[in-house]
Amino acid sequence: MIYADNAATTRMSDAAIQTMITLSGECYGNASSLYSIGQRAKEVLEQARADVAAVINAEPREITFTSGGSEADNQAIRSAAELGKLKGKKHIISSAFEHHAVLHTLSKLEREGFTVTLLPVHEDGLVRPEELAEAIREDTCLVTIMYANNEIGTIQPIRELGAICRERNVLFHTDAVQAIGHISVDVVRDNIDMLSASAHKFHGPKGTGFLYAKKGIRLTSLIEGGAQERGRRAGTENVPAIAATATALKEAAATLEEHAEATAKKRDRLIAGLSQIPHSALNGDAKKRLPSNVNFCFEGIEGESLLLLLDDRGIMASSGSACTSGSLDPSHVLLAIGRVHDVAHGSLRLSIGDDITDEEVDYLVKNVGEVVSYLRGFSPIWRDLTSGKKPFIL
Amino acid sequence: MALYSEKVMDHFRNPRNVGVIEDADGVGEVGNAKCGDIMKMYLKIEDETITDVKFETFGCGSAIASSSMATEMIKGKPVAEAMQLTNKAVAEALDGLPDYKMHCSVLAEEAIRSAIEDYERKKRGEPSLTVKENVESEDN
Ligand SMILES: Cc1ncc(COP(=O)(O)O)c(C=O)c1O
Ligand SMILES: [Zn+2]
Repeated sequence: MIYADNAATTRMSDAAIQTMITLSGECYGNASSLYSIGQRAKEVLEQARADVAAVINAEPREITFTSGGSEADNQAIRSAAELGKLKGKKHIISSAFEHHAVLHTLSKLEREGFTVTLLPVHEDGLVRPEELAEAIREDTCLVTIMYANNEIGTIQPIRELGAICRERNVLFHTDAVQAIGHISVDVVRDNIDMLSASAHKFHGPKGTGFLYAKKGIRLTSLIEGGAQERGRRAGTENVPAIAATATALKEAAATLEEHAEATAKKRDRLIAGLSQIPHSALNGDAKKRLPSNVNFCFEGIEGESLLLLLDDRGIMASSGSACTSGSLDPSHVLLAIGRVHDVAHGSLRLSIGDDITDEEVDYLVKNVGEVVSYLRGFSPIWRDLTSGKKPFIL
Repeated sequence: MALYSEKVMDHFRNPRNVGVIEDADGVGEVGNAKCGDIMKMYLKIEDETITDVKFETFGCGSAIASSSMATEMIKGKPVAEAMQLTNKAVAEALDGLPDYKMHCSVLAEEAIRSAIEDYERKKRGEPSLTVKENVESEDN
């Protein structure tokens, strides 16, 4: 079995599981209580905050724990919008292929009177800094651009984008859910004002994440209630999960360089292998991408049937086809990089783990190739392409 | 619970009647690449009875399984009876499909109708429209 869907979620690391189990049993106090086991929980919570902050070069008080990446994205954008509104600034800039946690929040704000500009991401899946500079207006209150894309893995020029925002005095948020724990992220070096992260993408627990907000940025609480998280998020803290988040992130950070380098080698082997399949194409820039991400389109086939047959061969992956999402449109990410519908339906994302071997990579290449050619064997589109009735796109 | 029933997976993994009939009496192609499913049906008809049927499908698991099941349901049947096949009957024969996948099974019903209409047209001596009547691939 090869789990190649680490962009969807990861297995918790053994150390993170251990932290969670141990603390669930031993550290059950409410972190807001006065007595010793409550205060012990509080200590664990604050240590986790300090650990997480250190990894991204932030200060502990700049970290707010949330229920995950979606909540952090919602809160960051809502907060910036509130601050903008106070100054009469109601324009937000983002990119065309953000996660829906960002895009849907932005559509909601549009209905509330905000104007949103989505920057193009071009064929290579990269935002152009000069296009951001051009798009910023007098009334721009926020720029939100993801660190790395969840489907095609392209890594944005965050440091440059952040510098432009600093210069123009506009808040800069980045959804770093796919980046944290996998590539180096430093909020100071990268000129980041706000950042979202999710623990389950770096071998931590699901349902936990955090929002970094630079000192002085007032966050709007999405959940009203108690004064937890300094009034920025109500609700009794999930201390075991938060501590496990810190365990997982520290672990990931300690081995980041070597893992990133080794995984990128496997990625490139996988890309080279899959490129041998005729009428296929890699989605997104070949080098400016996450070490774990491989995303291809195969002309003449549909993604869901590809996934089901790969599952039969012990391979777990994902696709941006319409039929895997339950909508009629294929992934907005693939459309944003200019893939036409016909081709976008035949996409495959393999997000490999750090521990994948060359043999496993070769197994992936062999089996994807076999399944693609089997499906092409009875595809009416493939027949039209090969008989010359329709021109190949890829 | 799995996404699909055992029956769907069986027809998906081992689709019946896959292929092409070169001298088909009726051919129908429906669906479009935009929504992600295209189905092509080939019929051989003798004395108003479907003696052979083959299909080609570009699509998801449920599209492939419904094509396969639909061909089994009309093979050997009178044309008039095949014309009555509904997507609901195809879905039921597959022990059900997820709600959001019902549209994939509609294609099987439509592909068969389209192939029979092609046959009727040929019978009347009209030119075969064959394929493409319902196909719009606007992105090309
Ligand atoms: C880029 C990106 N942003 C946000 C999210 C949402 O994170 P979560 O599942 O923790 O809410 C995800 C994960 O699906 C993601 O990949
Ligand atoms: Zn379908």
